[in-house]
Amino acid sequence: MRKKEKVDKTIVVPGDLLSDDAAKAAEGTYTENGKVYSLIYGLADEREKIRVIPLSGKYLPTIGDVVIGMVSDISFSNWKVNINSPYEALMHISEYPRRIESSEMAKIMRVGDLAIFKVIDVDQSMKIELAPREGQLRVLRSGRVVDVSYTKVPRVIGRAGSMVSLLKDKLDVNIFVGKNGRIWINGKAADEELAVKAIKRIEQEAHTSGLTDRITKFLEEEKHGIYEER
Amino acid sequence: MEFMKNGKRIDDRLPNELRPVKFEVGVLERADGSCYVEHGRNKVIAAVYGPRAVHPRHLQEANRAIIRYRYNMASFSVEERKRPGPDRRSIEISKVSREAIDPVIIKEFYPRSTIDIFVEILQADAGTRSAGINAASVALADAGVPMRGLISSCAVGKVDDTVVLDLVKEEDNYGQADMPIAMDVRTGEVTLLQMDGHLTLEEFEQALELAKTGCARIAEMQREALIQKYRGEENE
Repeated sequence: MRKKEKVDKTIVVPGDLLSDDAAKAAEGTYTENGKVYSLIYGLADEREKIRVIPLSGKYLPTIGDVVIGMVSDISFSNWKVNINSPYEALMHISEYPRRIESSEMAKIMRVGDLAIFKVIDVDQSMKIELAPREGQLRVLRSGRVVDVSYTKVPRVIGRAGSMVSLLKDKLDVNIFVGKNGRIWINGKAADEELAVKAIKRIEQEAHTSGLTDRITKFLEEEKHGIYEER
Repeated sequence: MEFMKNGKRIDDRLPNELRPVKFEVGVLERADGSCYVEHGRNKVIAAVYGPRAVHPRHLQEANRAIIRYRYNMASFSVEERKRPGPDRRSIEISKVSREAIDPVIIKEFYPRSTIDIFVEILQADAGTRSAGINAASVALADAGVPMRGLISSCAVGKVDDTVVLDLVKEEDNYGQADMPIAMDVRTGEVTLLQMDGHLTLEEFEQALELAKTGCARIAEMQREALIQKYRGEENE
């Protein structure tokens, strides 16, 4: 009944039996009566442990994640930050590198500003606390930010950063990928545009193999203005 | 009305045969997950949003997500124009459908949030609540919601003293009984069971077994549809 297909990873749906060995259960699975089942719709990765890599879903932060957030509100002592998750995050005024007054907060980051943050705390009720990354607040004043599903972030980065390196190499842009699926691209307008196109394509084809080669070809074709209708 | 002729039903099916069913996953761009289902002449679309922040705030739960389910019939879904908006029937169906799907969702992963499910009946021909649950379940998986399994649903009933699977409109309206059920096929847990009409105990047991075989077939189709969404793109 459950045929295994020869894609590089098996597509599974919630409730699919993955293993009879409960000790192998990892993320995206659950165990019942000593058996491991899939908890989500995704790709089963069966090496030492069995985990299921999601194909969709909402970003949930974990401590240490570096994300791109957008200020959505300023309260007396906190910036409220949207991090593309079901939960709003907060950065407390005291996390700012130097001591500031409440009235100065809007000078540093206004509503609508984007910046790079680090997640420093997530509690049981999903209260999320942020701090500037590496002690220095980086507000993004130039370039553009695109949203992709957080599940595609590993593909955008590539193995050991190969995909990001490829984009930086072929195009004259700086790229920063947040764990929450927000990607900052900064460079010349035409290059930024092409980078956005390439990233959208990576997102769409994230589950296929040979993607790096196709993106290389895509960038070269686009750069030489050759358009091939597929 | 005569329903059974030479062991065949009014639409030429056998008593234990489902109508043709088609699932399509990810049909809506804006929703987090979606599914379109054609179940015989039923046409149903389901959209899932979330987990997301709860509005109004007083509905939120501190330690888990809440599930909201809206079943709605389009005014053009039935022969005589239906007055739009919720009515007694659709409020009841929303409630029982939510309770049919709720037990498999892992709500504790998403405190203070909501998962909203919208089921729109575009065309109705008996068994819309089942079709809606089937679509909603696939749409939830498509949205990446963690679940212990998929919920599958179908109806059984009785016409001309014969227990039959998956009634059409005529069989439902003029038959002797109609009984929709929903279940997690893997565990065998039944999450919805309603009955309209009369069945003897023996008939009930026979009907329940028949419904389970129907749900098992639906479950296979749901699974196949989800897998096809990604495999289809690969074979471009």
